[in-house]
Amino acid sequence: MSGRTEGGVPQQTSQNPVLAMTPDRILTITNLSVSVRGEEGSREVVSNLSLTLSRGETLCIAGESGSGKSMTALAIMQLLPQPAARISAGTVHLGETELTALDERRMRRIRGDRIAMIFQEPMTSLNPVLSIGRQLTESIEAHTSLSPSQARQRAIEALKAVRISEAESRLRQFPHELSGGMRQRVMIAMALALEPDVLIADEPTTALDVTVQGEVLELLRDLQQKHGTSVILITHDMGVVAEMADRVIIMRHGRMVEEGKTSDIFARPQADYTRELLAAVPRIGSGAGRQQSKEIAEAAMPANVAEVNDLHVRFDLRGGILGRVTRRVHAVEGVSFSIAPNETLALVGESGCGKSTTAKALAGLVPYSGDIVVGGRNLSGLGRDERKAVRRDVQMIFQDPFASLDPRMRVGDLVAEPLVIHGIASKEERRERAAALFDRVGLSSDQMELYPHEFSGGQRQRVCIARALALRPKLIIADESVSALDVSVQARVLDLLKELQREFGVAYLFISHDMAVVENISDRVAVMYLGQIVEMGTRDQVFSNPRHPYTKRLIEAVPVPDPAQRRSRFARLDQEIPSATRRIGEAPLKLALSDVGNGHLVATEG
Amino acid sequence: MIAYLGRRLIQSLLILLGVSLITFALLYLLPADPVRQIAGRSATPQTVENIRQQLGLDQPFIVQYWHYLTKLVSGDLGRSYIQRSEVTELIVSRLPASLLLMLGAILCELLIGLSMGLIAAVKRGTATDQTLMVASFVGVSAPQFVVGLLLLYVFAVRLSWFPIGGYGTWRHLVLPSLTMGILGAGWYARMMRSSMIDVLRQDYVRTARAKGIARGAIIFRHALPNAILPVIAMIGIDIGIFMGGIVVVESVFGWPGIGQLAWQAIQRVDIPIIMGVTLVSAFAIVLGNLLADIIAPFIDPRIKLR
Repeated sequence: MSGRTEGGVPQQTSQNPVLAMTPDRILTITNLSVSVRGEEGSREVVSNLSLTLSRGETLCIAGESGSGKSMTALAIMQLLPQPAARISAGTVHLGETELTALDERRMRRIRGDRIAMIFQEPMTSLNPVLSIGRQLTESIEAHTSLSPSQARQRAIEALKAVRISEAESRLRQFPHELSGGMRQRVMIAMALALEPDVLIADEPTTALDVTVQGEVLELLRDLQQKHGTSVILITHDMGVVAEMADRVIIMRHGRMVEEGKTSDIFARPQADYTRELLAAVPRIGSGAGRQQSKEIAEAAMPANVAEVNDLHVRFDLRGGILGRVTRRVHAVEGVSFSIAPNETLALVGESGCGKSTTAKALAGLVPYSGDIVVGGRNLSGLGRDERKAVRRDVQMIFQDPFASLDPRMRVGDLVAEPLVIHGIASKEERRERAAALFDRVGLSSDQMELYPHEFSGGQRQRVCIARALALRPKLIIADESVSALDVSVQARVLDLLKELQREFGVAYLFISHDMAVVENISDRVAVMYLGQIVEMGTRDQVFSNPRHPYTKRLIEAVPVPDPAQRRSRFARLDQEIPSATRRIGEAPLKLALSDVGNGHLVATEG
Repeated sequence: MIAYLGRRLIQSLLILLGVSLITFALLYLLPADPVRQIAGRSATPQTVENIRQQLGLDQPFIVQYWHYLTKLVSGDLGRSYIQRSEVTELIVSRLPASLLLMLGAILCELLIGLSMGLIAAVKRGTATDQTLMVASFVGVSAPQFVVGLLLLYVFAVRLSWFPIGGYGTWRHLVLPSLTMGILGAGWYARMMRSSMIDVLRQDYVRTARAKGIARGAIIFRHALPNAILPVIAMIGIDIGIFMGGIVVVESVFGWPGIGQLAWQAIQRVDIPIIMGVTLVSAFAIVLGNLLADIIAPFIDPRIKLR
């Protein structure tokens, strides 16, 4: 066992890793470098990386965006984007086969058969025009000599293995008929149908809801134990790492920063970067360290910034010859809440629960029924111009900082644009105000002449924040505003939001699916499920004493970034979340909220 | 599906009504006087006036249009001023030739255009790609009468592979179809190329490669059906462009279709024929678009007609 150093890096001087290989070792990467040709010449995205993977082991490669973790995975598969990226040095051995030396034909026989891969986006990773069955059987047929009916049988078994019910009829379905979690399970079934030696999972649960994520992770772990598959799990989420990994590699800027057993990395991180990364991870239960939930706001009882009363948003679906409304999506059903100045109300829930629609109604982006009162004025009673004036007090920051800035405008103009729209201040004053905002959000006013693509994701989100602040709003709606950011950037943006709140007294409606982030920033929390609020209270009430079963499940499903707290089993979903689409006349059941003490509201069933 | 077809049918009728109104109004406002054409230059004012009354052209616009519409509903497109026969008969006798030509043209442009685009996309960035794209550019920019004459000169006059003009055998069909198809082939090649390049970048193509699927299967099974969708929507629109091209091409090749009929009618301000051909063309375009929309769900299961 001399070749196997526990958690050690193979020495760069080792002449031939194959010679040092033990039968236990399935994959060996030696001094791998990947370079990408860009406009400014060639750039290394993976530098001199060496790692080993043993049979049945789960190795996590963790790092933030641009760390080269996905490129490493694609290099192993020889699927680097052509012709820009290529392996510039190093070897990849699968058993005794040197993969980088193989031609395309022989590499193809290895892909899917001995090394399989699943990707981040289940929504786009399956071909929309081919049935599930066809996509499953084609890989079985490509690597085995099974007959079509045998391949079909194998496909059904694979679907059953990933706990998909009614596997046979699923074969005829198309990807768009399945939910995200189901699609990812199909991807896993496809990858594991041929029992590969190595499974590479690139951010397999990042695009999934947290309760579904737990389910998929557990499934992966189960199948791995059953088949003895070696897994390389690529993730940015330290919670997932703690939950899944035997061994961890931390990467940054294409280089390995640290490697070791999971428990060691979490307990005794050696590299500075690892320590920073772990410190930046939002944790449930750490919220107590921040300022106390503001009781002051309630004591003084100032007028609420915004009040929402019995809000309904429904979208009509038409059908029939005359295009009459036959069904409705009940996106928001009777939601009521209020936000006080200087307060952060978090709206949490999983995709499709209506949290973003609620925000859009508040910002005037979708038609609604019910009452929305901003700054003491009810919006439904006002004319167009008055409504526009009132809406100045409500601004939004969106999820994707790449898509929410016009790529053809200078960022200085983008920040000043709300002032232009509302006809405020002269041109010079607008520039001055924009410059001041740039300084305030941690950018320099010299950068105002640049275009959005010249900024990183975190900087762009700062530009969006500056734009939202331009009108001095009383309320900022932050819709998943930090979800797309790396954890270290996320932590800094959250800090900035808190600072700005202290300084300007602005209130936030903070919309997120991430319970840990919500716990970190919110004063009060409202949990939404199928268009209705099922639980609402102060942060401490909801997190320390969750009463509604859905809230409990949400909190339990979050992977804890501590390998010592690894759960044996994740909370398993009994069923998919039902659809909010209903036929005309079928009204959803209204949940009544009752006070269980000190304003802690919980929905009672029935 | 039935509800969808019903709604589309009502829409189509409204479109045809609109087309008839606009064409009728334009012809009414035209400074050329059809009666002068019929009567000839030597006719007395009295004769001209008689003919005008006979044809009902002295009536106000609304009355004339109303008469036309009521007859149209019973399938009567009126009588030709010059040819002294029923417009319906004229069109019916010439329509098969035009449809055949159109079919040939669609076949040409799809075969040439799609394969060019497909090859260019797969060989992206190579000399093959560049050559094909230059060729497609020439195809898109060359005027049809130039292409027609050029093809005639090379393949009919010099090489004598195909007849110079006329109608009858498949050999007669080749050159006019090519002439009409080359323009569309250029468009399709460019569209197919960009659509295919886009699809080849999609995550599901990467998934297929990660499964170890052969290159041919990836291109034809995974990429092509996705890439061809926008092209199919184009075919419907294309029929409209063909209707314009058919006038030129049928004249160049002496092809006895409705394009030739229209060309003669326009020269002599034969209003009933112009109206008839316009309506038939509009109907063809509407039908083409409907067919393209009906085909789409068979390729992409996400599309539902409702």
